[in-house]
Amino acid sequence: MSSPALRKAEPPAGTARETALGPGRRRRIAMVPTVTLLLGALYCLLPVAWVVIASTKSGAELFSTFTFWPGTGFADNLSDLNAYRDGVYWRWMGNSALYAVLGALLSTCVSAFSGYALAVYRFRGRETLFNVLLAGVLMPPVILAIPQYLLLAQADLTDSYLSVLLPQILSPYGVYLARIYAAAAVPADVVEAGRMDGAGEWRIFSRVALPMMVPGLVTVFLFQFVAIWNNFLLPYIMLSDDEKFPITLGLHTLLEQGANTPALYTLVITGAFLAVFPLVALFLVVQRFWSLDLLSGAVKS
Amino acid sequence: MKLPARRTSHGVKGAPYTFLIPATLLFLLFFALPIGYAVWLSFRKVRVSGLGLGAGAREEVWAGLENYTGALSDSELLNGALRVLGYGCIVVPVMLGLALLFALMLDSEKVRLAPFTRLAIFLPYAVPGVVAALLWGFLYLPDVSPFYFVLDRLGLPQPDLLDGGPLYLALSNIAVWGGTGFNMIVIYTALRAIPAEVYEAAKLDGATPLQTALRIKIPMVAPSLVLTFFFSIIATLQVFSEPTTLKPLTNSVATTWSPLMKVYQDAFGKGDIHAAAAQATLIALATLVLSFGFLRAANRRNKQEAAR
Repeated sequence: MSSPALRKAEPPAGTARETALGPGRRRRIAMVPTVTLLLGALYCLLPVAWVVIASTKSGAELFSTFTFWPGTGFADNLSDLNAYRDGVYWRWMGNSALYAVLGALLSTCVSAFSGYALAVYRFRGRETLFNVLLAGVLMPPVILAIPQYLLLAQADLTDSYLSVLLPQILSPYGVYLARIYAAAAVPADVVEAGRMDGAGEWRIFSRVALPMMVPGLVTVFLFQFVAIWNNFLLPYIMLSDDEKFPITLGLHTLLEQGANTPALYTLVITGAFLAVFPLVALFLVVQRFWSLDLLSGAVKS
Repeated sequence: MKLPARRTSHGVKGAPYTFLIPATLLFLLFFALPIGYAVWLSFRKVRVSGLGLGAGAREEVWAGLENYTGALSDSELLNGALRVLGYGCIVVPVMLGLALLFALMLDSEKVRLAPFTRLAIFLPYAVPGVVAALLWGFLYLPDVSPFYFVLDRLGLPQPDLLDGGPLYLALSNIAVWGGTGFNMIVIYTALRAIPAEVYEAAKLDGATPLQTALRIKIPMVAPSLVLTFFFSIIATLQVFSEPTTLKPLTNSVATTWSPLMKVYQDAFGKGDIHAAAAQATLIALATLVLSFGFLRAANRRNKQEAAR
């Protein structure tokens, strides 16, 4: 069965796949796919469900009661976490939010400028520049992070907020996505019409093209937000003052101390639960406005 | 047209370069310069004269390929590479296999609860690698884990998941858990892009859903599979945060478990920046060779398919 042979076949009247099915057969549930997907969902939700329940257990309950049975210690765990080193945990959360929001915003701007320029203009060195930017994806972070650390040390910037923020602004994947969105969403005639009306290039970009690119740019923002929020290696290398730690690094150090004193396990678990919560909530809220398809660079034209 | 043509064309010509200034500057500062610096460092070494005391006792000199021969004959680095190879042989096929399976299931007719399961399977993408490793780490700990609780009640043997061979499975599971959803979305998007006529034709030819999946869907999403494969290999070579997070929970994860951990250890633990730079350059080269080799092979196959 080769595809050319298939194309010769008569296309059906309806375009949606379901229309060709008999109305009676549509109600039947396909058991195999449904069950497979439910098992997959169970596997993916299990650790999250576990951490939600485990965070309600007191230290003693954690080691003694069945793990999927809720405990009675959530309020205590929360106040312990609050009290731990004068609430440094919330400081970590705040730092993560700062790195992720500011970093993702700047990153989206840079991606929008570059993606727009690469999609709309024909100029010398366009493909070369694009390929060089993309090659950044291939560079293992540690290979960049060590010399980045040494260079920032020369500029006296290590162990500062900037040392975590600056290296994450340029995202090769963000530029790639922005280019695809700009190419699909900004028609060449619209840009040309703007020029006929005497608008400058910046004005065309900010007033005409940018609004058209917004759905794609939301995806770039969220992608970068998650990437920065989840980043561990860069802050691990750059920071030594734990007041500037993001939540990933904070939890890691908490776990390292907890290995010697299992009493800290409840703190780590409660901390992990609270760290998962904001991103999951963010995902549930934005999924109405955000098409997952855009993440893979697929654009409906 | 109000503006003189000359001015307009000048503005247009300069515009793309202006738009690309921020990205280019950032690329030069935070990508090109560090890479160049790392390569430069990898050819240097510190020579200590006398007892290494006083000014001028430690000076940086040209080392030639010394750091590279050192790295290539370093058994710790080699063992780390072999460990990551073993780990990758589990992660990549299992993760992409599951991603493809879930994508096909999502795309099948009459499936129920698809939006819910799609979101649930994608959810781990939002969980930081460190937190994922931490959650699973606790689920692997006999004192805390529900699995051990059940095994204990049933009187079954309780394997140590954080040692020896099972450690590979334990680490692989964390990567599979975190990465399947993202890859599923990429493949699923490609499946949705297949025109409906293709399926209708297959139906007229009497193809079963399984035949449709194997002979039409999978070949048609091959480019997405290549892409996800490519990103998975790169991510696997760079594994760092998961084993680093599991380290406090077990004695069997060495500080040099993966090549990147070894680079970190040499740079910041031992303070030997030059050896670390040479190792890092070797890992970057291996990544480039592997990924381009893979892309070329994939391209050649695609061309052959197209020629057929």
